[in-house]
Amino acid sequence: MKMNIGKFITESQLYKSMFRHGYSTSERDRALSVMTNVFFHLHPVKVRKSGARFGFTWCAGGLSFFVFLTLVVSGILLMFYYRPTVEYAYNDIMALREHVPFGIMRELHRWGAHAMIITVWLHMFRVFMTGSYKPPREFNWVIGVILLVLTMLLSFTGYLLPWDQLAMWAITVGSNMARATPFLGHEGPGAALLSLGGIQLVHAGSDVRFALLGGRFVGAAALLRFYILHCVAIPTAVVVLMSVHFWRIRKDGGISGPL
Amino acid sequence: MLESFKNFLNSVSSPVTIFTSAVLVFALFVTFPRQATSKPAGLAVLLLVLVFFGIGLTDEHFRTIVSTPDNVPIVGLIFLFGYFTWYAMRKAVINDRRIEKGEPTVEQAETNEKVLVFPYLIFIEFVVALAYAVMLVLWSIFLKAPLEEPANPTVSPNPSKAPWYFLGLQEMLVYFDPWIAGVLLPTFIILGLCAIPYLDRDPAGSGYYSFKGRKPVIIVYLFGFWILWILLILTGTFLRGPNWNFFGPFEVWDVHKVVPLVNVNLSELIFIKWLGVGLPKLWFLREAPGILTVLAYLVIPPAILAKTVFKNVFKKLGAVRYSILVMLLLVMVALPIKMYLRWAFNLKYLVAIPEFFFNI
Ligand code: HEM
Repeated sequence: MKMNIGKFITESQLYKSMFRHGYSTSERDRALSVMTNVFFHLHPVKVRKSGARFGFTWCAGGLSFFVFLTLVVSGILLMFYYRPTVEYAYNDIMALREHVPFGIMRELHRWGAHAMIITVWLHMFRVFMTGSYKPPREFNWVIGVILLVLTMLLSFTGYLLPWDQLAMWAITVGSNMARATPFLGHEGPGAALLSLGGIQLVHAGSDVRFALLGGRFVGAAALLRFYILHCVAIPTAVVVLMSVHFWRIRKDGGISGPL
Repeated sequence: MLESFKNFLNSVSSPVTIFTSAVLVFALFVTFPRQATSKPAGLAVLLLVLVFFGIGLTDEHFRTIVSTPDNVPIVGLIFLFGYFTWYAMRKAVINDRRIEKGEPTVEQAETNEKVLVFPYLIFIEFVVALAYAVMLVLWSIFLKAPLEEPANPTVSPNPSKAPWYFLGLQEMLVYFDPWIAGVLLPTFIILGLCAIPYLDRDPAGSGYYSFKGRKPVIIVYLFGFWILWILLILTGTFLRGPNWNFFGPFEVWDVHKVVPLVNVNLSELIFIKWLGVGLPKLWFLREAPGILTVLAYLVIPPAILAKTVFKNVFKKLGAVRYSILVMLLLVMVALPIKMYLRWAFNLKYLVAIPEFFFNI
């Protein structure tokens, strides 16, 4: 007796409980597979052929999202092994390298972070070249720019966490710039003007750099701050903004196309 | 033979030659997009870059710099963005030609045709995501993430570099003080990017690749991206060694390289060198020429442009949008202007008021 395995699976109660539609190739069923699936449901049921082409979008936005998801997964795995303190941070990373055979989680996370930056730049480049920021998509472009900045900040805050020389000095160089913020940094123009009864309001122990690092230099407090920014604060903001970004794509009429 | 070629490249490499040749190549690209996006031209450039890398990789110093784990993404980025710039421009040129002939653009021909997301788009997404994932895994298997000595606040490496995506900003520090290079310019970049859709509102050219109808906008964007961002990142990463000194691509980073500091301020040029009277004591007298120059730069060109080249732009945008546009453009060109002033006159600051950390 020949058994049709495909049919056996798709007609089982188990399968039907998971996927709310059948698996025939009728137009109705294909539409249902998008509408009744929470993940596919980010998409409309039908899209312009021109907008669905790889040659048009380069899938760069979709890949930015995809690589973000891989970073969430690999990042969560890394969090099991990593403690954000000066005593442990470096050794935990070292242990990850020494004790996990064939481990590539750290590599996936680090190279994924670089790849995400490049992919987001590429996505922005595509959106620009197709003029897709024009009305009615202006605001989605602005949300995109914020996502771009947050992506780079995510990578920047993560850069400190291995707590090696590379990390510490890259963040030192980067955060030194904040010293020069006009009015808010203690070496910024105008900061000297902010004084109250001869007492300097903005000094090395109260300026924006201090707020960012939790100290006058990159130390234990900075490590903890960057850890929380990196693992909790910025990802949360990114997820919220991505939701708005995707929702706006739909509301603005789907992937742009010529009029 | 190879050695003399490398020595030759080293000797002609300098910030000014590299920047200027990049600008020239860029100008050629946007002036002759049709020829530049032909397949032979694309292949020729690709070949040229590959040969350069091929030769470079035989050099120990070049190999070390390029294969530093955190620098590898930048090498990939050059090829990726090079290709996609070429590709996008190629599509734009094809569409421009169709528009000229009165035909619909490639996108227009299909825009009213709808396809089912499942399976059509989901399939594309699945395959592309799979390929991307394979790429990431291979990259992770073959390139180990770096881990240097434990952090030590008392030993600072020379050079100390920010992560590569901020190296454009760090490179700008050569020409501007941190409050401009590290704070003002990034703020302007972000605000400028956000402002694009509110300044370029022409609905034509939306949703398809094109160049002719959007020439000025595209040229400004590509110039900002390629020359003022990517090129500076490349310079900062590959060509800046100890003490942030410039080194040719095949020049070993010598910690003891001595570069004479000969930069002078505008006030010194004017009062000491040209007038021969010595610097005035009061800072606002001393800096008056510089302050006036900067103010003139910010006020006169907008006024003149509004009456001449940008007449139509002014009419279309109105006073507020026009002022914002011109201000953003002026800040953007201020960077290359300052760079060339440095290279030509060793000019350090136009305005130097160290009393308030206010140097331009
Ligand atoms: C974390 C970063 C981002 C993610 C995950 C993301 C995701 C996406 C996705 C999936 C799309 C659908 C079309 C496509 O794949 O190309 C899209 C479209 C779009 N994105 Fe993004 N994006 C990001 C950043 C940006 C940035 C930096 C910009 C611009 C500055 C931007 C502006 C836009 C615009 C205007 C559209 C609509 C394009 C059209 O209708 O053709 N996004 N984005």
